[in-house]
Amino acid sequence: MSVELEHYLVVGAILFATGLYVALAKRNFVGVLMGIELMFNAVNLTFVAFSRFVESAAPLSGHVFVVFVITVAAAEAAIALAVAVLLYRTRDTIDVDRIDLLKW
Amino acid sequence: MDDAGTVTAFWILTVITVGSALMVVAVRNLIHAVVFLILSFLGIAGLYVTLSADFVAVTQVLIYAGAVSVLILFAIMLTPRAGRDNTETFLRLPALLLAILVGFTIGFVALDADWAIADRGSFEETASAIGEALLSKYVLPFEIASVLLLVAMLGAILLVRPEGAVEE
Repeated sequence: MSVELEHYLVVGAILFATGLYVALAKRNFVGVLMGIELMFNAVNLTFVAFSRFVESAAPLSGHVFVVFVITVAAAEAAIALAVAVLLYRTRDTIDVDRIDLLKW
Repeated sequence: MDDAGTVTAFWILTVITVGSALMVVAVRNLIHAVVFLILSFLGIAGLYVTLSADFVAVTQVLIYAGAVSVLILFAIMLTPRAGRDNTETFLRLPALLLAILVGFTIGFVALDADWAIADRGSFEETASAIGEALLSKYVLPFEIASVLLLVAMLGAILLVRPEGAVEE
């Protein structure tokens, strides 16, 4: 028995689906962010798995890309959580159901 | 990769990672959800180690398990009355269907496609090669990333600054 590329890809798919469900269905704005972070991680895992297993002239490019994705994800997390605090300050809720100013 | 240690580590880490990701969905308390999210991040760091991605694994522990989860905890603590509840909206069923559909599609493609598998074995160590690539081939994206982080930091400070904060 051995571990191949497909094992990692399926783990990535399961994590991505879980993150997608969390991001779409959670009531709390911070919960939505947690789903997005899970999706980022699934994609990073897939990048590193491809980098390890697939034929390529520069196999470490996948790792470099993951480093950039982590950088952008950290920036996104900082901004999004600032928005969450700001939203709570102005609307007194971070319940995504009740943030409906643009709704008809 | 067929030595018994790697295979055992892969399955244990997979159970930890996927199990705590599912617990993020299931638990009713948002703080507990963050704790399970951290556990999931650590499991992914372990999976990176089984893929011989040492630098990315350490970065994962530092940035995700360390910084991002503390940011998320801060956001929960700074929104006190917003509740700690981790329940779903009315979109629960469509979201579940869409997530299952997307997961099965990606999984099917991953199993069905004919990947060009290389037999080069695991990497020796990656940190020095990543460092060289960042400062030669990818130097422009590297600089842009530093500007992005600076802008994100300033933006976050500016956004949460209280109304009418006194200027020095």
